[in-house]
Amino acid sequence: MNTGFYIAQQVINAISLGSLYALVAIGLSMVFGILRMTNFAHGDMMMVGAFGTLVLGWLGLPFGLAFLGGIAIGAIAGVIVERTAYRPVRGSADVTLLLTSLAVTYILENLGILVFSSSPRNFPIPDWMNEALQFYDGQITFTQINVATIVLTAVSLGFLGWFVTRTDAGLGMRAAAEDLGAAQLVGLDVNKLIIVAFAIASGFAGLAGILWAAQSGIVEPDMGFTPLLKAFVAAIIGGFGSIAGALLGGYILGALEVFIVAFLPSEVSPYRDAIVFALLIAFLLFRPNGLLNRTQEVKL
Amino acid sequence: MPRLAPPLAPGEETILSVDGLKVNYGAVAAIRGISLDVKAGEVVALLGANGAGKSTMLRTISGLIRPRAGAISFADERIDRLPPARIVRLGIAHSPEGRRVFGSLSVAENLRLGAAARPDRSTMEADREGVYALFPRLRERMGQAAGTLSGGEQQMLALGRALMAKPKLLLLDEPSLGLAPLVIVSIFKTLAELKAQGVTMLLVEQNITTALGLADRAYVLRTGEIALSGAASELRANYEEVAAAYLGARG
Repeated sequence: MNTGFYIAQQVINAISLGSLYALVAIGLSMVFGILRMTNFAHGDMMMVGAFGTLVLGWLGLPFGLAFLGGIAIGAIAGVIVERTAYRPVRGSADVTLLLTSLAVTYILENLGILVFSSSPRNFPIPDWMNEALQFYDGQITFTQINVATIVLTAVSLGFLGWFVTRTDAGLGMRAAAEDLGAAQLVGLDVNKLIIVAFAIASGFAGLAGILWAAQSGIVEPDMGFTPLLKAFVAAIIGGFGSIAGALLGGYILGALEVFIVAFLPSEVSPYRDAIVFALLIAFLLFRPNGLLNRTQEVKL
Repeated sequence: MPRLAPPLAPGEETILSVDGLKVNYGAVAAIRGISLDVKAGEVVALLGANGAGKSTMLRTISGLIRPRAGAISFADERIDRLPPARIVRLGIAHSPEGRRVFGSLSVAENLRLGAAARPDRSTMEADREGVYALFPRLRERMGQAAGTLSGGEQQMLALGRALMAKPKLLLLDEPSLGLAPLVIVSIFKTLAELKAQGVTMLLVEQNITTALGLADRAYVLRTGEIALSGAASELRANYEEVAAAYLGARG
């Protein structure tokens, strides 16, 4: 096999996986940026989005609409969680916030089990999405799902980039992430900004969940758990609270996981996750602010 | 010189009145019953040593801290239970201690956010030009991240950001803090221009001489109470009395 093609194939796989991590990590970082809270229920928005698409499909909606509907359901679920669970404890001790988000995770996952049972369900996607695209006599192969993942992530990131640099709400979100008190003093409505942040973060998680389900072919109530852990690592690597950092961390992590399996001896492959979490520990020890975080201690 | 604030008829119209205000930090009393007022077009200075309650007073007026007792009225409306965003909308802009500009945002973006609470944003671009005319240094650096500005430039930006709200009352918390003497002179020259335009200000300062040079009236605070108050001209003439009020030697 041609080495150049092999590397190109692995790079495509890395971008595809990294896109999913980035989509989840960005939301985690956005919410942390404003609220200084790690939202463990963030991964469950993947599950909500994927089940949303599944149910809309059962109801007879064409896949494209069910797809968009799943994203919207994820976004709405995130806003509902913020309003009902997080806002009442806002400003409490870190431990309270942590326990609250863990509680929300348990409630959502058990709700998923109650409604859909704990066994994995088939996630049907249109045939064309499973179609493989082959180049150079099959030496580079990817499916339409890979293409869709990369393109939809790029579109989402383009939207986010426009939002945080060109709109008042986006600028306000960055301002609030940097200095909540000063943001209030210029008259920004912090409650509104937090709702927008949760809607975007959860919509992105919903999108990631649908793509994840489309790639694996199944949906299950705890499907968000592993991606959440990975996104957490990605966000820490990039700098927790920084959107650009989460993006960078997501792609670094995707590349790392793919390359460990692709380029290292096969005996190393089973240790992939161990290496990833060792990296997390290394960052926490030696560079806890991550690669891109500029946030300093804020007094209020 | 651009007009940054809506014209106000200078005179006897009280725009801000604080009545019997008490504020606690936990169990510690930071303000123990202060009454003061600011009239339209006036510059009023709040003087006093560290911990006298000056910043707490401004932060309570802005709605960041809830008072334990007393009332704050702005343009005949009670504001002491309103959230900060509403208070900005009513026309009170606060340039906070330590400047607190958004460091990762550009100068132009910081100014844009200053106008975020305004109902009418049609003149936003013109107002930003007005701020640039007032502080040409900010125009030179408009695309630069605010965190890379010098301390003096950041203070100009904090002031400009507050002016973008077109405030009826400007709260200034230690605009001279940590700046070189020449920069302080330049900042206070700009504040004097704003005063000449009719901008109403409540100014917190540690530097007595500089503050009394700008203000019409002043209150000297000591451990959360008013120790002395009067016209700036009188207080300038009785410097010893002001210094004594600072230190608590006076009744």
